[in-house]
Amino acid sequence: MSNAPAIVAAEGPIRRRPVALLELARKNRGVLVGLALVAVLFLVALLAPVISPHDPIATEPDNAYLPPLSPGHALGTDELGRDQISRILWGARISLPVAFVAVAVGLVAGGLIGLVSGYAGGLTDLLLMRVIDALLAFPALILAIALVAALGPSLRNAMIAIGIVAIPAYARLVRAVVLQLKQMEFVVATRSLGATPVRIVLRHLIPNLMNPVLVQVSLSAGFAILAEAVLSFLGLGAQPPTPDWGQMITTGRTFLPNDPWLAIIPGVAISITVYSFNLLGDSLRDALDPRLRR
Amino acid sequence: MAEPLIEVRGLKTWFPVRSGVVSRITGHVRAVDGVDLTISQGETLGLVGESGCGKSTLGRSILRLVEPTAGEVYFRGKNILRLRRGGMRRIRREMAIIFQDPFASLDPRQTVGDILGEALDIHRLTSTRRGRAQRIAELLGLVGLSSDLAGRYPHEFSGGQRQRIGIARALAVEPLFIVCDEPISALDVSIQAQIINLLEHLQEQLHLTYLFIAHDLSVVKHISDRVAVMYVGKVVEVSPAGDLYRRPRHPYTGSLLSAIPIPDPRLERSRERIILKGDVASALDPPSGCRFRTRCFKAQPRCAESEPPLDTVNQGDHQAACYYPLA
Repeated sequence: MSNAPAIVAAEGPIRRRPVALLELARKNRGVLVGLALVAVLFLVALLAPVISPHDPIATEPDNAYLPPLSPGHALGTDELGRDQISRILWGARISLPVAFVAVAVGLVAGGLIGLVSGYAGGLTDLLLMRVIDALLAFPALILAIALVAALGPSLRNAMIAIGIVAIPAYARLVRAVVLQLKQMEFVVATRSLGATPVRIVLRHLIPNLMNPVLVQVSLSAGFAILAEAVLSFLGLGAQPPTPDWGQMITTGRTFLPNDPWLAIIPGVAISITVYSFNLLGDSLRDALDPRLRR
Repeated sequence: MAEPLIEVRGLKTWFPVRSGVVSRITGHVRAVDGVDLTISQGETLGLVGESGCGKSTLGRSILRLVEPTAGEVYFRGKNILRLRRGGMRRIRREMAIIFQDPFASLDPRQTVGDILGEALDIHRLTSTRRGRAQRIAELLGLVGLSSDLAGRYPHEFSGGQRQRIGIARALAVEPLFIVCDEPISALDVSIQAQIINLLEHLQEQLHLTYLFIAHDLSVVKHISDRVAVMYVGKVVEVSPAGDLYRRPRHPYTGSLLSAIPIPDPRLERSRERIILKGDVASALDPPSGCRFRTRCFKAQPRCAESEPPLDTVNQGDHQAACYYPLA
């Protein structure tokens, strides 16, 4: 090189490895806390049979309506004398898998629809988006209720229904981002090099989709847990005597004036779970963005 | 003159305009509307015109990044608009593009090494990891960047450095022909000169042919061998650069040149400016005859009747599409 001025690195060379989740958690407190909370929730779900002090469905009528902090029952007992803390711990075994499956259904189906719709455009886009519009025309919970009613009330059907309800949000989000990315010059540049559509989708579109999708995953995981609680509250999800947070609120509701903890404790469990997922998703979004990385 | 590398004949790129509930096509934006151009091996053809006149669309149509509506584009004698997918992919090795916006043209999620390596991967230009890394380092060196920057992300660079990365990517496929789509318009004036010098240096070293799109006439004058002036989808004048600036024939070119300030206060005060009336004609519904007649200070009835072909004024290399050219 003779007359082209050389530009040398200002700092020493920085080698960047592929982003690992644990590495991110080490650097970012939000990710660390979110990840820890979610990990604890999963551990609780996994270890519920071991760490629960009592059988969650064993009734003890003599010990009914014990308030929290009673000896032997840290969070008290319900109207049938079942240990609350055991039921809460076991409840995680319902909520988390439901959230996981529902998000997976929504993400895979919605993401695929969005990608195809956004990238192909034209008639394909038109048809797919009309289907999504039809899904969106119903309020989310009403649609979930209708779907479960049609499929028959059970936990499995509740998961599928919640997943289907989550599809439009993913499809529209992914489509919108793909439409935007498709016009970006770096995508045109890749095309000008002779890249195939598959390469463009895998190497450029999907990595650039991660941020908004991750946020949507956290939000819809929260929504899925809430929706499952609502369906169970209405008797369309987990069936008694399965220990389920939503269902516990249904029962507890009757006793609100005298024994409010029966409804409040599962409500707190739902809140903590939803909060954990939202915190993790939000802080991951910030941490993953290379523009914000320090 | 050397043999033509690119020959464009009757190229039209129209974009349909849809409206109404059933998306009926109600008209076309004639972004490029019948362009003939020849670019010789090793030369730089400057392409100037106002924004929206179709220069970028013309550049992208030649590379088939936008699919032209009609016409022919010959690259080394082969009409590339007829090529199927596989053939086109092979041809893409020989043509490249450099973009205007150095921030939008690099994938924020890829390292510089991966951005440059992508072209190598697509065309399988290197067989080993080591060879790939070596070639990436070589490309960075070629554009004056240090090779240990390969692991960095685009956001860690300044605009000028990013533009160098964009140039390195274009060079990765070892092209013969590069469309420079306003490569310096988004840069600081001090950086503009660096990039221009780099492009000239690379042209010499690698025997490149450029289509250099810009709206800055002084920059184009400096870098181009020949210059084509576009107005609303048409080339209205094409000429060797020096000739065009010394003696423009088309009134539009004349008015463009009269807008260049002279860096001497005394001469600048006496500079005669041609102020055009009205607005740029619509590419959706261009005027009859000569498209420039609605703003032209020399327009006559004849200009509305028929469109002057590019060789109306024909003095060897210098052609202009005007019935009443400037002296």
